[in-house]
Parts: sequence; structure tokens; C-alpha cells
Amino acid sequence: MSAELAIETAGLVKAFGENRAVDGVDLAVPTGTVYGVLGPNGAGKTTVVRMLATLLRPDAGRARVFGHDVVKDADTVRSRVSLTGQYASVDEDLTGTENLVLLARLLGHSKPAARNRSAQLLEAFGLSGAAGRQVKNYSGGMRRRIDIAASILNTPDLLFLDEPTTGLDPRSRNQVWDIVRAVVAQGTTVMLTTQYLDEADHLASRIAVIDHGKVIAEGTKGELKASVGAGSVHLRLRDPAQRPEAERVLALALDATVQLDHDPVALTARVSGHGTEKGAAEQAAGVLAELARRGIHVDNFALGQPSLDEVFLALTDKKGVAA
Amino acid sequence: MSTAPARTERDDVELATPDARTLASLLVGQERPRRPSALSASLTFGWRAMLKIKHVPEQLFDVTVFPIMMVLMFTYLFGGALAGSTEGYIQFLLPGILVMSVVMITMYTGVAVNTDIAKGVFDRFRTLPVWRPAPMVGYLLGDVVRYLLASAVMLVVGVVIGYRPEGGVLGVLAGVALLLVFSFAFSWIWTMFGLMLRTEKSVMGVSMMVIFPLTFLSNVFVDPRTMPGWLQAFVNNSPVTHLAAAVRELMAGHWPATDIAWSLGWSALFVVVFGAVTMRLYNRK
Repeated sequence: MSAELAIETAGLVKAFGENRAVDGVDLAVPTGTVYGVLGPNGAGKTTVVRMLATLLRPDAGRARVFGHDVVKDADTVRSRVSLTGQYASVDEDLTGTENLVLLARLLGHSKPAARNRSAQLLEAFGLSGAAGRQVKNYSGGMRRRIDIAASILNTPDLLFLDEPTTGLDPRSRNQVWDIVRAVVAQGTTVMLTTQYLDEADHLASRIAVIDHGKVIAEGTKGELKASVGAGSVHLRLRDPAQRPEAERVLALALDATVQLDHDPVALTARVSGHGTEKGAAEQAAGVLAELARRGIHVDNFALGQPSLDEVFLALTDKKGVAA
Repeated sequence: MSTAPARTERDDVELATPDARTLASLLVGQERPRRPSALSASLTFGWRAMLKIKHVPEQLFDVTVFPIMMVLMFTYLFGGALAGSTEGYIQFLLPGILVMSVVMITMYTGVAVNTDIAKGVFDRFRTLPVWRPAPMVGYLLGDVVRYLLASAVMLVVGVVIGYRPEGGVLGVLAGVALLLVFSFAFSWIWTMFGLMLRTEKSVMGVSMMVIFPLTFLSNVFVDPRTMPGWLQAFVNNSPVTHLAAAVRELMAGHWPATDIAWSLGWSALFVVVFGAVTMRLYNRK
């Protein structure tokens, strides 16, 4: 068992009745990094996290956190991890300060130390002004912040963040990202579940993609992206009559299948990034120039990252080929 | 002329940005304190219950208004018929109705546990490296304060309408103390149901089914000798009967050793059995 691994699981299984929520998951998470667990709703992400955080017992397989078994050595694991769940894991009836002081006391801090630490954290999280208000009156972003503050009362060695930005506006989401970066910069390992590809892209160094309780892909961001393609070009033409010609141009220039949308002026093509030195943006620029040369009017153009749907399509396609 | 929209205090906090530098300095060089003792952790959870009362004082309704209602209702409803006068009946009824009301109030523990689980805060508690039963014991400690308040309210109302305990202050305090010990122990049934059942409503439903027969089929209102034999067999062995008898005698200035022993024995049994089941459910949840 390697000492550098923060998390190591082998054949982890958890079933709820008929539903095998987690169905043989193997993970190896190195310390000191952000590890992204990416998947749609109901993929089994939360169940994996709950087992690793000692909240659920695995039905089969084993899981170790810093070398400690999550079932046999649960108490040791608990002393080294913190969990910020999908629902605010703080008491809504209590104020921000009361929540933090309560938890600090439970972690063994003396009363003055607990008050002191709470005040410092509220300050650092920009919550001093709301310290005396009940958490139920906090906005979504503020709740997330107090929740993460509660998780780092004692700096954990491993922090679980279960969909930390679901339902947040972009500003609050960026604040949470900043916090995660600050935490990991100080040496804490973070396991982050998310349904957003760009979130995993921004924060995580390695990513596991989970679907139907199984890991369907795992690797660094670069590896995953290479398997999916660099992105997609979305075009809207002025004249629907020009669509067939535009389709030919795209297919030729990008060496990709072009999807024709229901909208008679719209088309989408995946930018592969294969077989050329050029990046996705450069390839797309070439396409635009070619379209302009042929007198095809483009009203709207977008180069997007592959969506989660595309990641799944690409990954399941590949699996189909391999089998 | 355009005016900037009025900023509320809430906006200011929402717009405040976390400070990564300060945050970073808070994360390093921190020593982990030693884990708190079982008692300290339990008391901290008890403090949480107190804070909740402070923020949601309406929850004290059931330990203030409900007990007053019980005393007045049953004293004036049954007093004339059962003892010839309300003054006479209250000497017999008050300790019993005190026991009945407080034991009934214990069932809110299950509802409180159940609603907490539905919220995420329970996950937080369960991932803390503290003595495992501490959150549950904390609930019950908080509830003991509620029971104490209910007892005080009922005794005051009782004295106002004519209750004169022969045992004096000491007798009354001893009776209340025994009642609190029993209620604390009995509440483990509710923590069990709170963890076992899925919704608040089902907890409430099951609680009613346990609590009504258990409290009414006792010696609280009338002497069991007036009941048919099969019912006497149940009533005379009910923990509530032993407790009510013990509290009544203590407050009357006697020392009912047998009933006290039975009450404490039942209490120990409740803690051992339902405490164990509660903790099993809590760990397996």
C-alpha cells in the first residue's frame, strides 16, 4: 500500500436495494492534488464520497484513506478528513458564529480558541458581516462559504467537496473555486465531485469519469480531452439554402462528421485536434475564412468546450470499439 | 438623474470576497487539539439544543402551554366525580399528570432527530472524530432542560389551584429528579424511532401509538383497583405506574423504595436496549 496515496479503493460496491449505485470502483488519488470525480446526476459520485467519508459502509471491496481502512479504522479516518456535502452541512437555525464555535468545540478547541478561530475564518471568508445571523437567512453562496469554513476549522488532510458549486451564480462559483485553490495550495488533498466539465477542468489535475456506478475513464485532464476532442464549432448561417455547402466545407476542413440541427440554419461539428499541429481555435478560424471566401454568411459562431454529453458519447463510443 | 440602487447589509456580505491570503495563513502551522472527552462533546451538543431554543422559542409551547392545559383540564373534568372535589383530587392527580405530561413530551425528541437527519448537518456530526453517542446524548440533555421547565410550570399551576405537597421542597425536587432520570432514559426509544423511520409524520404516528396506551393505562388518573383484572395486570407492571407512584409518594414526603427501584430499573433497561439499538442505527445509517 503506497504511502503517497490519499485515497485508494479496490472493487468498491454499494447497492441500495436493486440499484447498484457504486459498482466496482477502483481509485488511486495522489496526495496534494485536486482530484475531480465527474459524472451526471445519479452516477454514484455522492455514494463514493459518503463511503470514503465513513458515512456509508461499503457492501464489498475496500477503501483506504491515507492507508487507513474506512470501516475498521473509521475514527482515524474521521480525524483527517472533512466533508462539505451537497446540502449545507451546517445548522440552519444557528448563526454563522455559533455553527463554527460549536464545531470547533467538538474538535477539541477551548472556548476562547474556538471563538478566535471562528472569527478568523469568518473574516477570511468575507462573512464577518453575517456572523450573527442565522444561516437560514444566508444566500446560496454564503452557505457554501460557511460550509467550507466549517470543514477547515482544523485543516484537514483530505477535504471532500460534493458538488460545491451546484446552483451557485457565477460570482459565487468563482469564489468557491478561489477557496479550493487556496486550500489545496496549503497541502490539503481535495476530492471534488461535479457535473460540470469546466469545473473539473479549472480545478482538478486528475479526473475520474463515473457513470452508472463505474469509472468509465480516468486520467489527467490532457488525457481525457485528447480522448474527447478539443471542442465543437457551432454555426448559424444567414441563409438556410447555403447549409449544404457549409456542411461540405466543415466536413473537409475539420475531418469530422457534421451534425445538422433541427434549426434549418444551424450546424455543429466536433473539432478533433487529431492529425494536425493546429489547435482548435486555429482550425476553427480556418473554417471561418474558407466560408467567407465562398460567400457563405455566418451570423453566429461559437467554439465550445466539449460538453459533458460529448464526453460521455466519446467515452462510451470508445468503449464500444474496444469491446 | 440616476441613483445607485440602495445597498442592503445583506448585499454587502454577499459581495464580500473571501480573502485567499488570509485564508492561506489560517491553514498552515495549525496544531490539532486533542479530541474532547465524551462528557465535553455531549455537553457541547447539549449547548446546541439550548441555542436552538434561543433561536426558535416557539418550540417551548409544548412544555409550557400543553402542561398547563393538562393540569386544568383533568383537575376540573374528573375532580368532582372521582374525589368529590377538585382540591381533593389535585393532591392525587398532580404528581401523576406531571409524569404523564413529561413522558408525553419526550416523544418530540424523535421528531427532532428525524428532521435533523433530513438536513445535511447530521452528516457533519457523523464525520467528526468525537464519542459516537455524543450527538444523541446532547439532544437528550437539551430535552432534560425542557422537561425541567415543564415540571416547574405544572407545579406552579398546581400550587396555585390548591396542590399542597406534604414532602415540601425536598420531596418535590426528589420527585422531579426521578422523573427527569426516567425521561432521559425513556427518550432513547424516540431516538431509535427518529433514526429508523423515514418521515417526521411516521415518527409522530408511531410515537402516539406507543405513548397513549402507555401513559393512560396507568395509575395516573385512578386507583388501579377499580379496573378489571386483566387491565390491572398490565397497569400494575407498567413503568409509568411505578414512576407515577414513586413521584407521588416522594412529593407526599414518603420514601417509596420499591417503586423508585422499579423506575430506575426500567430506566437502566431503556438505556441499555434502546441506546444500543439507537447507536447501531446511527452508525449504520
